[in-house]
Amino acid sequence: MKGTVASEGLGRRVRRRRSGRTVLFHVSVVALCVVMLYPGAWLLLSSFRPTNQILGETGLIPDHTTLDNFRTVFEGIGGISFWTFFMNSVYLGVGSVIGICLSCSVTAYGFSRIAFPGRQVFFAIMIGTLLLPFHVVIIPQFIMFNEMGWTDSFVPLLIGKFLAADAFFVFLMVQFMRTVPKELDESARLDGAGHPRIYWSIMLPLMRPVLATASIFAFIWSWNDFLAPLIYLRSPENYPLPLMLRQYADQTSTSDYGAQMAAATLALVPVILFFVLFQRYIVEGVSTQGLRG
Amino acid sequence: MALTREAASTPRVGGPSRRPHGKRPPRRTADARAGYAFLAPWLLGFIALTAGPMVASAYLSFTDYHPVRGGDWIGWDNYQRLFDDPRFLDSVEVTLLYAVVGTPIKLAAALGVAMLLNNRRGGQGTYRSAFYAPSLIGASVSIAIVWRAMFNDDGIVDEAGQLFGMSEGGWIGNPDLSLPMMILLAVWQFGAPMVIFLAGLKQIPNELYEAADVDGAGAWRKFTKITLPMLSPVLFFNLVLETIHSFQVFASAFIISGGRGGPANSTLFYTLYLYQRGFGQGQLGYAAAMAWLLVIVVGIITLIFFRTSRYWVFYSGEGR
Repeated sequence: MKGTVASEGLGRRVRRRRSGRTVLFHVSVVALCVVMLYPGAWLLLSSFRPTNQILGETGLIPDHTTLDNFRTVFEGIGGISFWTFFMNSVYLGVGSVIGICLSCSVTAYGFSRIAFPGRQVFFAIMIGTLLLPFHVVIIPQFIMFNEMGWTDSFVPLLIGKFLAADAFFVFLMVQFMRTVPKELDESARLDGAGHPRIYWSIMLPLMRPVLATASIFAFIWSWNDFLAPLIYLRSPENYPLPLMLRQYADQTSTSDYGAQMAAATLALVPVILFFVLFQRYIVEGVSTQGLRG
Repeated sequence: MALTREAASTPRVGGPSRRPHGKRPPRRTADARAGYAFLAPWLLGFIALTAGPMVASAYLSFTDYHPVRGGDWIGWDNYQRLFDDPRFLDSVEVTLLYAVVGTPIKLAAALGVAMLLNNRRGGQGTYRSAFYAPSLIGASVSIAIVWRAMFNDDGIVDEAGQLFGMSEGGWIGNPDLSLPMMILLAVWQFGAPMVIFLAGLKQIPNELYEAADVDGAGAWRKFTKITLPMLSPVLFFNLVLETIHSFQVFASAFIISGGRGGPANSTLFYTLYLYQRGFGQGQLGYAAAMAWLLVIVVGIITLIFFRTSRYWVFYSGEGR
């Protein structure tokens, strides 16, 4: 500002007004951010508070900090270690990612790269399942898996991921494959490569960005999923974190807020970590593909 | 965006299909075989996990199926009983209120903040991420626990209210405030539609606004005559998705109300009641009837959205 020539007085005034508006803009947006992030910050800091000082504490900075809450959580619940729950969540998350990346990419290849009768119809059906409420299939699925003796295992939670039941990911990958030039597989075919070869050696390596996006969302959705584990898992040693949290919320509803906060914080850490690391993929995925959180 | 268009028009996959006009039948049959081979996992999943169960659940809805006792055909009884069931009617009311009040507020917040952020003042990427973060964790059990602690008696919301002379107590135990609390939780997650709006706003050519400036149009006119029409496909997409989404809220309501949907059924969401009936009390036939009713209602609402869309959704460069 200082270096401007006097003859640019008008420009300076305009610029100053603009910079004033910019400051106002940033101040108001930051204020809004603070409101938005307040619940998260409150959770994090509450988990370091003595358990009797949590409830009515509006301020963020604790007077006394303690690690007792985390100690309680790491002691586990009902004789089962926190890490058992944590690892169950990890297994389910990793299983989902592997299943979705494999099955959805294969399906997407079939839809976008191979011409065969009925393809359009099947594609329309698949898109239709996007809008279908999950609840209409969950009761017969439960009866079926129960008959097969698969309840209380991870099978019912993962089988759909290996059978491309998440149409959204198939759709995402079809959209991506449309951007890959057809000439690429044409020339591979001339060289004698069949569809499995083209899929595996050409398409899959090219799909890395979309596989990354799908993996991130698959993992986070699996990590946060509550309804399916609630229905299928009975033994506490099979519980993933959301069911463990529910136990904290049930058993200690009035007494131990500290442990609840610490457990809730720990359950969010991987999601937050993912978000910080893969922000770009996540937000881009939402803005271009309409993926939900 | 792409999704809505895809579902609205006849989906065409993979652009122009190369068809050898019967000249090389072997390749065609080979392609067909390969095609079905590649689709096999999805087809199996579709039949075993979606289509089959949908038919089964339609059948179950006409029985009094119980996981231990089994079930008999009882005709339309479940459906008739639903409409005499006060808890069912409560759950419908709660869910509709939540969808009808919550979705517009959420979308308005999303659009408002997106427009606020859509400028060249910098920091947009950071702000966008910060506003988006709640969408990623909002449906988790952790956040439900936070909400419960914040809105409980003597929780921070209660304390803050007392500062302003309102001593309502916690929102959780108050049947008039528990649903607004759930709506606040939904609105808090406005980041996902906001990010989509922001992407849509970036697509609007700046010349339109410049031309409007030349014509002396005010901010409101620019909003209603340029922004809204140009954004209507995105708005449509968000509206459909958020509405369907709002019918399916479960984990937060379950945790906050301890699985009961209280107080006085004020947070007895449809899915929560379905769970109570089906998996709590083992009345799977009754729950199946509820599930099918939900599918029908969601189908009708989606249909209405798509049918009315031609009157208010504007696709620029629309040739079809």
